[in-house]
Amino acid sequence: MSVDRLRQLAHRDSRPRKIKADAGTCPKCDSHYSADEMQRNLRVCPACGHHFPVTARERLEQLGEPGGYVELWPELRAADPLQFTDLKPYTERIADAEKSTGMGEAIVCAELEVRHQPAVAAIMDFTFMGGSMGAVVGEKFARACDYAAQRGLPLIVVAASGGARMQEGTLALMQMAKTVIALDALAEARVPVVVVLAHPTTGGVWASFASLGDVTYAEPGALIAFSGPRVIEETTREVLPDDFGRAEAQLRNGQVDDVVDRRELAERIGRVLHILQRPPAEGNGGSSPPALQWAQGGAQKVRSMVGRIRPGSTDGEDAG
Amino acid sequence: MSDGTPGGRFVRKVADKVRRAPEPEDDDLWESVQLARHAERPYTLDYINRLCTEFEEMHGDRLYGDDAAMVAGFGRFHDRPVAFIGQQKGRDTNERTYRNFGMAGPEGYRKAMRVMEVANRLGIPVVTLIDTPGAFPGASAEERGQGGAISRSIQMMWRLDVPTVAVVIGEGSSGGALGLGVADRVLMLENSTYSVISPEGASAILWRDASKARQAAQAFKPTAANCYRWGVVDAVVPEPEGGAHTDHDAAAQVLDQYLYRVLTELSAIPAAERRRARRERFRKLGPLRDPEGGMGMATGRETPPPG
Repeated sequence: MSVDRLRQLAHRDSRPRKIKADAGTCPKCDSHYSADEMQRNLRVCPACGHHFPVTARERLEQLGEPGGYVELWPELRAADPLQFTDLKPYTERIADAEKSTGMGEAIVCAELEVRHQPAVAAIMDFTFMGGSMGAVVGEKFARACDYAAQRGLPLIVVAASGGARMQEGTLALMQMAKTVIALDALAEARVPVVVVLAHPTTGGVWASFASLGDVTYAEPGALIAFSGPRVIEETTREVLPDDFGRAEAQLRNGQVDDVVDRRELAERIGRVLHILQRPPAEGNGGSSPPALQWAQGGAQKVRSMVGRIRPGSTDGEDAG
Repeated sequence: MSDGTPGGRFVRKVADKVRRAPEPEDDDLWESVQLARHAERPYTLDYINRLCTEFEEMHGDRLYGDDAAMVAGFGRFHDRPVAFIGQQKGRDTNERTYRNFGMAGPEGYRKAMRVMEVANRLGIPVVTLIDTPGAFPGASAEERGQGGAISRSIQMMWRLDVPTVAVVIGEGSSGGALGLGVADRVLMLENSTYSVISPEGASAILWRDASKARQAAQAFKPTAANCYRWGVVDAVVPEPEGGAHTDHDAAAQVLDQYLYRVLTELSAIPAAERRRARRERFRKLGPLRDPEGGMGMATGRETPPPG
């Protein structure tokens, strides 16, 4: 499978597709690898560093400590509010996706430890209907935010999605609002959100929670865009550079904090969470954490200058 | 748009598709889709000029440029200040190009946010008017953070302490529409549409055939009545007989009454309570499957919209 082909698959639609990277040939450098070797190397080509797609469950294994993770709300399933049919009924598409992926939906939420840093993770799975966001993805994401905020735990988000789930129509669009609003629970609890952008992160997912991380890493080669290259080329007839919207270009554009190799990812997340951790005396969460004591006077002044919109500012309205 | 990227072909293609679409059988739905983007339909400034006794338009995002596809400013509405923000389409070819067909880029959303921030600081209610085929799909828009501009606009609308009302006046498609759509009350004009994607876009993606727009519209059912049933909008604003394009003044008058009523009602609610309700409103959208069985229908409402 060539890179172009992968790119095409990522953008064509949200039909269920199993992306196999068990054993075979790297599309980038043509080197051969075995299934074992691939898994050991976190689905990164040992020869050239090409990043293959990773399922949500495998991602949890990669990020978490041995001993694993506790999955949250695995039972939630999609409804069919529009009784939607395109080339196939939506209900059938969901059933197919469940069967081919062994997953209940396009996101897995879990409590875990990343390099000894306890956290809540919300991890998307591109193999389940293109990682598209419908009501279940929105609801699980919102619950993950509340769950993390209540416990004072940071949230780790791994995005891999074509965008909103077309088959849920306008209600899928509303999940963008729901997830963005839910993120503020973490702002109020003063715990950080680390977002990892995997290939691809596009459409309504990029234009909602995925672009609101406090710290944002992208995997090498990941396509990160609101409109994919095909839509842009068809709409504007622009000729796009080969690396359009890719992680490396988005780093240059100032849209991400760093491009991080998957083999370094757990380490980097653990490190940044460690750096951001406040001493226990100051509390790591709760509904009304103390202001930073060493800068209290200054912080008050700054808050009154930035106005009343920011969450967590004590002079604004309680966000409830 | 400051980058001057042409979007003309896209709109011509869309127009051609609409023209080439098969004759409607007895289909109100497709008629609604066509009415929502009727060339004579009142656009954002047509409403603002009729709703406000005075209006001062603001320009520029103070970061990069000014986006003519987005209009934002302050006006006098029933003798009180109100911030009006909305995507603006053009009527003739020149104006359409100038307005980039109502497809705003990051500068548009950042200008909107700038005006929202001022309104919030000064305690002025915010009214948004939604009318867009989607946010601008262009390389330059992506480079300057189209995704982040939309998500931050959603976030800012949710964080506002002042009363907020969003009105879908024509075509409300994709994240570009939702970027102005997170409000205490969301209204929809009778013949407007609100959808995750335009019928043409859906047709190309889901049917892999650009000519299936009509079929896509039927699958998405993006009408005001359906959005009301789903709980996506709180009220449907009636239009003059035949559609808003037949009488701009009458259409604006009805909207005026709805807006006045809604803003009066919202102003009586304490800010913290308004925000709690705003969060709840969006939190409950999107039905999940009932574990007891069956693929549930949307639970929003079962009764048809009033008036």
